[in-house]
Amino acid sequence: MTGLLQTLGRKSLTVVAGLGDFASFVLHAFVAVSRTRHLRKGVARAIHQQGVRCLLVVTVVALFAGLVLGLQGYYVLARFGSAGLLGTFVSLTLTRELAPVLATLMIVGQAGSALAAEIGIYRYSEQIDALTTMAIDPLGYLITPQLLASLLVFPILTTAFVLVGTFGGYLSGSCLLGLDSGVYWSTAHTAVQFVDVRECLLKALVFGIVTIAICCHSGFTAHRRTGASGSRAVSISTTRAVVLSSIATLAADYMITSFLV
Amino acid sequence: MIDPAPILTVKGLRKGFGDHVVLAGVDLTVPRGGIVCILGRSGAGKSVLLKCLAGLLKPDAGEIRLESGAGNDLRCSYLFQANALFDSLSAFENVALPLEQTTRLRPSEIKREVMAALKNLGLEKFADHFPAQLSGGMQKRLGLARALVTRPAMVLFDEPTAGLDPLARNGVFSMIRQYREAFDFTAVVVTHDVPQALSASDRVALLQEGRTYFQGTPAEFMAADDSILRSFADNAETTTTNLTTNGRE
Repeated sequence: MTGLLQTLGRKSLTVVAGLGDFASFVLHAFVAVSRTRHLRKGVARAIHQQGVRCLLVVTVVALFAGLVLGLQGYYVLARFGSAGLLGTFVSLTLTRELAPVLATLMIVGQAGSALAAEIGIYRYSEQIDALTTMAIDPLGYLITPQLLASLLVFPILTTAFVLVGTFGGYLSGSCLLGLDSGVYWSTAHTAVQFVDVRECLLKALVFGIVTIAICCHSGFTAHRRTGASGSRAVSISTTRAVVLSSIATLAADYMITSFLV
Repeated sequence: MIDPAPILTVKGLRKGFGDHVVLAGVDLTVPRGGIVCILGRSGAGKSVLLKCLAGLLKPDAGEIRLESGAGNDLRCSYLFQANALFDSLSAFENVALPLEQTTRLRPSEIKREVMAALKNLGLEKFADHFPAQLSGGMQKRLGLARALVTRPAMVLFDEPTAGLDPLARNGVFSMIRQYREAFDFTAVVVTHDVPQALSASDRVALLQEGRTYFQGTPAEFMAADDSILRSFADNAETTTTNLTTNGRE
């Protein structure tokens, strides 16, 4: 029993220390904004990495998500004689829930994993140490631009997800199943209120910061993976980044929704 | 020009990892303007000492004192064993990085400084190349160009000849000596290469079991009547003889 409690205590302390280390990492990266030179160049590169490279995958996923929502929604609503509310169903579901979560998961899969691997390799090839010896803050140079870019990229890609997804719902609901397109677009338009857009963008911002910070932290601390080093440690860090980011996204989604509903 | 006043003084430096003590009290004096080679067997703590000097590792105890100006991070550069070049940046961008991030120079001034550094090391034609497109020796020179572009007072070299053939090793030490004279920095070189260290350095230090076993001039090292020093010196003589004989054959 004592052994069990000791193990539990040790694990708890490790988790608390890890959370403290993560918080200090994020705080340090934001404080470095004032000290880092040529930040715009780094942010532009990060926007390309997170935004431009992920645009296609986010758009494709959004289109199929909208198509499925249109199909499922039409048949469910038709049972209750409310097929005309398909536009409301698709646009609200996407805006309040699906777009921020799915867009985030896609960006994490595409850009977040690459980011964790890239920073992990920087760590193992001593490029991070090289920055330190050149009196360059590694967090300011490598991490701060990524966090700042996420503030812009996630809301934009989430908005794109909502628009493309709603169009997907129109394709399946109106073009395939015959719902009047005027009815679809007018209900879709009137259903979404300012509070829904605010919730959507708030989620996108929070998910963006949290997931990109997790990916950067996993890569940056790749050398601390116990029982592994080199390419194995980088691979573990990359997997860890994607898994933790996905869990954090869904947990944060629940918390934000429970506060705002 | 060697100034007997030290640029770096290390006293009682200790560093361990868990229960494993690597440095158990290292003392070292580095005169300004010289080339100091740190020798020792594998695991003697040479690279750990260098990382403590560069601020990459925090010592458990002891004192590291950099004199007048060298204490500024910018004035002390580090050349990594594997060069640690940014593989996604071109040769020009690698050398420009410390200037862009730590100085207020205008882009035109940075370009001039970087091109001058690349030219000094014979790399001006490779400014647009990525590190992976350069040979091992060229990467070493690129690393040195990046280390020298901020005009440091002291450059720390971690195993600069590791993995190179004897001729290339000779070339690296000649390069260190040549650029030390041209740029007037103090060089601290960690190496396994005893013959090169004894022929190219102004002072040598030997680490043994985490402590400074010897520090002095190469002549004092060779003349010392001590079994451990003799084993290193004999190894140096044998290697030099073998190299010379092989060269004649």
